[in-house]
Formats: sequence, C-alpha cells, structure tokens
Amino acid sequence: MYDINHIYEANSVEEAIQRRIEQPQALIISGGSDILIGIRAGKLAGCDLISLYMIDELRGVSLDEDGTIRIGSLTSFASVTKSPVIQKYVNVLGEAADKVGGPQIRNIGTIGGNTCNGVTSADTASTLMAYDAIIELTGAEGKRLVPIEKFYLGAKKTDIRADEIQTAVLIRPESYRGYHGYYYKYAMRSAMDIATSGCSVNVRLSEDKKRIEDARICYGVAGPIPLRTRSAEQAAYGQPVSRDTVEAFAAGALKDVNPRTSWRATKEFRIQIQGELARRCLTEAINRAGGIWA
Amino acid sequence: MEVGKSFKRVDAFDKVTGRAKYADDLCPKNAYVSRILHSTIAHGRVIRIDTAEAAQIDGVVKVLTCFDVPDRPFPTAGHPWNTDPGHQDVADRKLLNEHVRYYGDDIAVVIAEDTVAADRAIRALTVEYEAYPFVLDPIESAKEGAPLIHGERQNNNILAHSSLRIGNYAEAIKEPGLIKVEGWYHTPTVQHSHIENHICFAYQEQGQRVTVCSSTQIPHIVRRVTAQALGWPWGKVRIIKPYIGGGFGNKQDALYEPLCAWLTTQVGGHPVKLDVSREETFVNNRVRHAMHAHITSWMRPDGTFAARKLEVWSDQGAYASHGHSVAAKGMGAFPQLYPCDNVETDAWTVYTNKPTGGAMRGYGIPQAMFQNESHIEDIVTALNLDPIAFRRKNSMPVGYFDSFSKNELYEDSFNQCLDKAIEKIDYDRKRARYRHQTGPVRRGIGAALFWYNTAVWPISIETSSCRMIMNQDGSIQLITGETEIGQGCDTVFAQMAADTIGLRLEDVHVFTMQDTDVTPYGSGAYASRQTYIGGFSIRQTGQLLKEKILKHAHTLTRMPADLLDIIDGTIVRKSDNRALMTVGELATRTLYDMERSEHLAAESTYAVKSNAYSFGVTIAEVEVDIPLCQAKVLNMVNVHDCGTLINPQLAEAQVHGGMSMALGFGLYEELLADPKTGRILNDNLLDYKLPTTMDHPDLLVDFVENAEPTSPFGTKALGEPPTCSPAPAIRNAILQATGVAINTLPLNPHRLFEEFTKAGIFRTEQEVISPPSPGRSAEISRVTINA
Repeated sequence: MYDINHIYEANSVEEAIQRRIEQPQALIISGGSDILIGIRAGKLAGCDLISLYMIDELRGVSLDEDGTIRIGSLTSFASVTKSPVIQKYVNVLGEAADKVGGPQIRNIGTIGGNTCNGVTSADTASTLMAYDAIIELTGAEGKRLVPIEKFYLGAKKTDIRADEIQTAVLIRPESYRGYHGYYYKYAMRSAMDIATSGCSVNVRLSEDKKRIEDARICYGVAGPIPLRTRSAEQAAYGQPVSRDTVEAFAAGALKDVNPRTSWRATKEFRIQIQGELARRCLTEAINRAGGIWA
Repeated sequence: MEVGKSFKRVDAFDKVTGRAKYADDLCPKNAYVSRILHSTIAHGRVIRIDTAEAAQIDGVVKVLTCFDVPDRPFPTAGHPWNTDPGHQDVADRKLLNEHVRYYGDDIAVVIAEDTVAADRAIRALTVEYEAYPFVLDPIESAKEGAPLIHGERQNNNILAHSSLRIGNYAEAIKEPGLIKVEGWYHTPTVQHSHIENHICFAYQEQGQRVTVCSSTQIPHIVRRVTAQALGWPWGKVRIIKPYIGGGFGNKQDALYEPLCAWLTTQVGGHPVKLDVSREETFVNNRVRHAMHAHITSWMRPDGTFAARKLEVWSDQGAYASHGHSVAAKGMGAFPQLYPCDNVETDAWTVYTNKPTGGAMRGYGIPQAMFQNESHIEDIVTALNLDPIAFRRKNSMPVGYFDSFSKNELYEDSFNQCLDKAIEKIDYDRKRARYRHQTGPVRRGIGAALFWYNTAVWPISIETSSCRMIMNQDGSIQLITGETEIGQGCDTVFAQMAADTIGLRLEDVHVFTMQDTDVTPYGSGAYASRQTYIGGFSIRQTGQLLKEKILKHAHTLTRMPADLLDIIDGTIVRKSDNRALMTVGELATRTLYDMERSEHLAAESTYAVKSNAYSFGVTIAEVEVDIPLCQAKVLNMVNVHDCGTLINPQLAEAQVHGGMSMALGFGLYEELLADPKTGRILNDNLLDYKLPTTMDHPDLLVDFVENAEPTSPFGTKALGEPPTCSPAPAIRNAILQATGVAINTLPLNPHRLFEEFTKAGIFRTEQEVISPPSPGRSAEISRVTINA
C-alpha cells in the first residue's frame, strides 16, 4: 500500500494546469517510477499527486513541418526506442532510452519524467543535451520554450514554473541533420542500473569525411547536472579525423568535468572512466558518420 | 528405474502457473501487519522510546518496545539441538534489543491494521539513545580495548577461536633453501538476495498453542528456537513451511518467527503478519561472513610444501547466529585440500557492530577457496610453475582419509574433474594463446579447485525421518522433514521412493509442506545434506513399506514373499516374471478386507553416521578492458564429482545457480557500511550490484559420476559446492590477463581501478592532463596500452 493523500487525475493539459494552480503542494506523477519509490521510502509519504498519465495527447513522437522532432513528454522509453522518427534521425536517443533500467521500467518511465526530475544520471538527458534539445513547457499563459541546458538549474532542480507542466521535448533539424552520435552508459552491470557515468557524443563531418566540422559531448554524472564539456568540443572543431584529435578531445573533456567522490565511486575513478568514454564515444560517432581516419 | 532420469520437477506446473502457495498466499486476510523500528546508531542503549503519538494514529493496534519483551536471550542458528550444553549455540539476543549492537538493530514493533498506518506509526516514534563507541573491523574488534559488544556475556569481542596443529611448523620453516610466499586475502560481506524476502505470520488458538507459518528452510529447528525464545514448552509451537522463494542459508536461522509468535500473544491471538522488506533483508537478516586471511607457504624449489600457516579473522557482526562454525569449516579445508606435513591454522570469529553473519551457501568454503586458490596461484606465479600441474601434484590424493570425519577420497576426483573441465573449455590452447598479451583489452584463463563435504556429521547429529502412506490405488504420499526450497528435493525424493518400492514416479505424491504437527523430524535444507541424508531414511522407509506390501501379496497370491517383487507398480513373480496383481488392487483389497483390514503405511528414522567428500573445479575465461576497469567472464565451466546424479537436469540447474551466485561474489557484490556511522549504504537491489542475466556468460557444467559408496543412492553434496570455486578461478584468469594479482573481492571496476593504478598498468587520466614527471614516465613506458 502506498501512502498517498490525494491523487488528481488530469485528462487534458488544460486540466493539469488548472490542478497545478489549485493544488500548488501537489507533485506531478506520470509513469511513477521515481515518485512511487519516494512514497515507499517515506520521503513523499502522505503526498498529493497530479497524474498526467491519462493525457494521451502527450504521447508519441512526430515530425513537425519544419523538421523539428517532437517527443511528447509522456512518451515511454520503449516508445522512444521503437519510434521510426527517432530511429531515422536521432537513433542514439533511442539507444540511450534503451539503456534505462529494465524492460518494465522502460515501458512505464517517460522521457518527460526523466528530464523533469533533474538528475544528472538520467540516460536520455545527456543525449538530449548533446543535441541541444528544447523543452516545451505549457502553463496558464501558454507555451514556453527553454533550451535544455537552461532547463537544468541544479541537482533535482528544473525550470518548471508553478502553473506549468512539461509537454514536449523538441529537437531542431539544424541540431540533428548530418550528425551521427554514440552514447555509452558506464554502469556496474549491464542492466537494471544507474550510470556511474554516461557520455553522449555526436559529430558532423566534412563532405570528404576526413574532418570534424562540429562535435558535441555531454556527460551524465560528471557534475550535479548533465554537463557539456566545451573544451572538448573546441578541441575537435575543424580538426582532422585522427587519433590525435581523439586524444585532444578527451583531454579537453577532462578539463571541464567535475565529478565528486561518494561512496558510489571516487573522483579519480570517474575521471579515468570519463576520459576513456570521450575517446570511445567520439571514435564510434566518427565511425558511424563514415569517417576516414588519418 | 526412476533414479538417474531427468524428470520434470514435481512442482513445475504449480510454480509456473502461480498456483503454488507461499506464506503470503496462506495468510488470513484479516491479519494485522507489523513493522519493526530499527536503531539509528551502531552501538548504544535505548534510554526511552516515546510511543504516545504513534499509538494515536488511526489503524494502529499496538506499539511494543524493547522494554516490553521477555528478558530471555536466545540462540538463532539453524543447527540441530545439541543436548550437551558445551555445544549449544550462543544465546545473545532478545526479541527486541535495548542494548543495540548494530545500525538497524530491532528496538520496537508497531502492530496495525495496514501498512500505511504501521509506517506512519514507525515514523512517529522518537527514540532517546545513550551512544557507545562502535567497531566495524573484526581485526580491530579482536584487540584489547575495543568497545565491548556483548559485555553482558564476555570481556572481549572474540566469539570463538580455534586452531589446528600438524607436525612442527616452527621447526619445518628452518629447512635451508625454502621460498616463502605469503599474502592477505579478503572476502566481503554479501547477502543471499533470494527472491522471496523472509515472511511469517502467527496466530494463537484457544489462548494456547501458537502457529507460525514461515518462509524457512528449517521448520523443526525454528519450532525449537521459537519455544526457547519465549520460554514455552516446545509442543506449544507449531511451524508450517509452505513453498518458499529461496533461502540460500539466510532462512537457515530463526529470523523473525520468535518475534512474530510473541506478537500474536500480545493482541489476543489475532493473526499478525511480519513481512520483511528488501532493505531489512540486507540489514536485519543474515549475511555471509566477511573474512580476512593471511596465508604463508614455505615452498621447496621443486614445488612441494615444507610448511603452511593460515590465520583468519571472520566478521561475525552483532549477534552470534551460526558463529564460529562458518570460519571453522573454512579453516578445516586448508590442511586437507593441499596436505602438508607441517601446518598451523588459527581462526577467530569476532563480533563487530554490523549486520549478523549467518549461514550462506558454501558456509565458509567460498571464502576459504578464494583464500586458498588465490594463494596457490601466487605460489605458482612466484615459482614459475604450471598452475594445473601444481594442483594435480599437490591436491588431496586418492586414498586420503580424515580420521575425524572418517571421510575418504575413494576416487581421483580432482584429476578427473580437471581433465573434463580442461577439455570442455579448451584450456590448454587458450592458456598458451593468452600468454604475453599487450593492448588495452586482454584475455586470461584460470582455474580453481574446491573442497567440500556433505552434511554435518560428526560435528552435529545427522538424522532424517520419513513417512509413506499408501492409497487404495497403490500410490503413496511421501512425507519427510526435509524441505523443498527451490532446489528440487521433492522431485529427487520422489524418484528415490519410487525406485525403492518399485513404483512409477507418478505414483509418488510428495507432501511438500512441512507442518511440525504432522511431519516427522528432519533437520531441513542446509549443508548440502538433504539428498544424501534424506536418501537413507527414504530407502529404509520404502523397504519397510515394500516388506508390508509383499507380506500381503503372499497372503493374496499364495506365493512365497521372496519370490515376489514390485516392478512399476505391479506385483511380479520373479521366477517367471508373471504379473500377478497391481499394487493398487493389493492396497484396495488389504484396506477393505473384512478380517484383516490394514492401512498400509511405514515410518522410520535413520541416524546417519557417515559423511562424504564432494569435490570439483572451475575454469574461467575472462576479458579485461583495462582502461574501463572492467572484467567480463566469457566462459566458465564447473565440473563436479557429486556421485551418481539422481536427476541430471536438476543437478545442472543447481550448478548454474551456484555459479551465478559465485559470479556475484567474485565480480559484483559487497554490502558496504558507512565508516562514520555503521549504517549499511547499499541496502537495496539498485545499489547492491547483484549481477543480472545480461551479465552472465553461458555457464558450462559437467559431472564425474563416481558413485558414493556410503550412500544408498550413490549421491553426495551438490547444493553448495557450485558456488565455492568460481571466484578464485576468475581472479586467477584476471591475473593471467593483466599480471595483476588482486586479493580482495569483489573484482568490480572500483577494485580494478585501484589495483591497476597500484600496479601501474595504465596511465591515469590525471597524468594525461598534467604530463608525467620523468621519474614516473619510466614506469609508465613499460606499459603499452592506452596509447
């Protein structure tokens, strides 16, 4: 039995916003794979909930006319992975979503929940940030678009206003066209785990496939929120596809990461892994882009 | 013959369709629930618990604290009772403890109508403590001046110390030319992590007898412990054991049955359920004893032993439970696995302010094999010897006799198992191929032997009882005190019974539930004992029943009994193999005979006074990704000599399960205590890294079937042995792959990072950022990876 004081079931975005205004103390629940754990542990016992689960309009992946990929916030990880749009344009996001927990969690957990709970280890968050995704929030005043890097305010803190819910995650065509990516989830076991560190890299190569025109890298668990390491990206811009570039990229990444020691892993260990992940992810992203190595 | 065939489990259909009944399925729907309040300090005394607010919460029935329980310490270990007070288990805990001895100790209970009310009440309790200093390390705890954990009973923290002396170690090490190889070997605290957490419910009838239905491996022992804990006559307690979702030794202990039995008496006999959470399973049940061992071997250059010494410290945690038996069993393997003329061993079991060590699959031997077989690999590495040849030459030889257990090694089990394992995993070719590797990803292959024995005689009593009741159709109910805990004993017992009497497997209905009111005594599932021990009483009882059947057959057929036999449920005249009547016809005519009506049944107890070695080997092949600090098992084979296989498919499954647990022990699992508070940090299945199916290689299994001469069915231990040798085999494979000998489990990425850093086999990323100093770069240049 779960100790829930009241649950408000919203059937539309408008109703959810109305509930947000009427019940400011209530938490938002969609799949429940985080909230229910908090209730069971007693931390959220006796809470009020606003459930978005019945709002089907927030489910599904589509392509807008301008080429923007629109992922409804209630889309489950499994649906993200299986989406033909995702597979065609940002396959790496589907691969990242497929690394979450196990099949049951991937069927219930949502991409909106994964970003809104504001944790650094979220498997989809680093890839979304590496693609400069945009978070769509809907409130009483209408829609508001926030770049994902600005959406994360701090550990477990995101930029959702009191009357808002997250309604979609958007990826603009200029962010994904011509890019190929790779996500590496580094964890203590092959499934049912939270990343010790994750790394998502995507690249756009020159026409002759010998030069890196653009590279983006984002880590999970390298800081309190998913972290873009710009020094690595700068080290790769315009550089030839070569082992030296890969090394420079990894060295750049390590200038920017700031992991901490906890009982789960030491800072030194995370640095070892993060340097190696930069190498492997960039190498694989280049290979997927058909890069020709010097 | 039904023995030796891979029959489907007799419980297969009920289990896969969800019809099999477990404790929670049997609990009355109106039962109250209970929740335990656990201490938030590692050591100290409860001064006061304020229950006023909790008692007012809607749905709360009663709040009971450590100040309410009987002042009666009791033992919990699932050992058969010993009538000699000198051999009885240590009674050092109460139902709830005012003197708290670990972070999480049980200090109060809420009984409520539902879990929401109970949890709210638990959160509303406030506790005032007097905190004492605590100690988490057994070696520190053994020292003088360590905080006394059981000052009421003893003036130090050493629960027990035992030693063994063979020859003269001190003299032997003076032999000129000896090479000394020594090392420390550490194994962690791990937990059984069975699927079904411990659960029990209790009710009292007529204000008198208390029934406890429990997820336990040992119903008859739990009855005795429950009665002792409450100061009741033993017959006042009735324990019912339905199907259980695994135990692996954790449920070879009285866990919460005594508390639950007491709780029902506090609410007028109303049923009370105590359903343990996963977090409590990790912290408040039992764990495998962490051990710290130091081994010294004095070697002659020809690779023979001159003298050997073992010292081991076993981490008991807060309460005695199985106590020193575990370390003692592990220590006992040392002089036997590699016999040597001059041996000194010492083992200390030491209380610490941590979760309690109890029985866990292997009972000290997985720890001992990691110590022993890692050390053997260190010897062969130091002396540049072949690891397989060394083991063939120095391990226990055929004909070895142990005067204490009277065990004898009748066959050349180790060499036969090695031969099969080497062939099955293509060891020789791979070992040669993996020599002299460079590069970031390397492979290795390594072996480890294991020593095991079956059951507990002569340390404890070994006894088992069986009852067979024949139905009018010639089928029987088979009832024993030995428990099905998922390992498949109901199926192999049915096979044994069918063969003994001459029935078909489908004629044997196993009464799977143990109910101490009706089930004859059996000690239960532990020590890999049930197939061996149960076999004696099943054979004896089956023969008694068969004799009775043949006596009636003589009356009904007029043929002499010694000319008759029972084959596949039919009475057969042996002289011409003529079928005379079915056992069903005989049973019907016998029961309904107007003159001599008899209900055909038999019951007997067999006290077993023998024991049997059960040996084998693991070979593991690993791939180590050095920069990512990951070791992955590519292939692993276990080969066992466990005697004749009663049900080969079940035996193979048993080995798979054991290898899987060992994979966790070797590479993944460790229960971590916060050094600042003693709190267990990873008391859940997310942070406690039990490997998933995705982390398993195909597990290869083979057997050498040397029939055990002391067993009526030629069988011996297989329950625990599969989990004893994989961890050191994996460790030895990583040693071949990387040249790094790692002596602390688990070999997870954190450990590999630490050890690879110490060994200098990779450039650390810190050095990538700031160029290495000239002094260090010389070291680094020896390494060819990560370029």
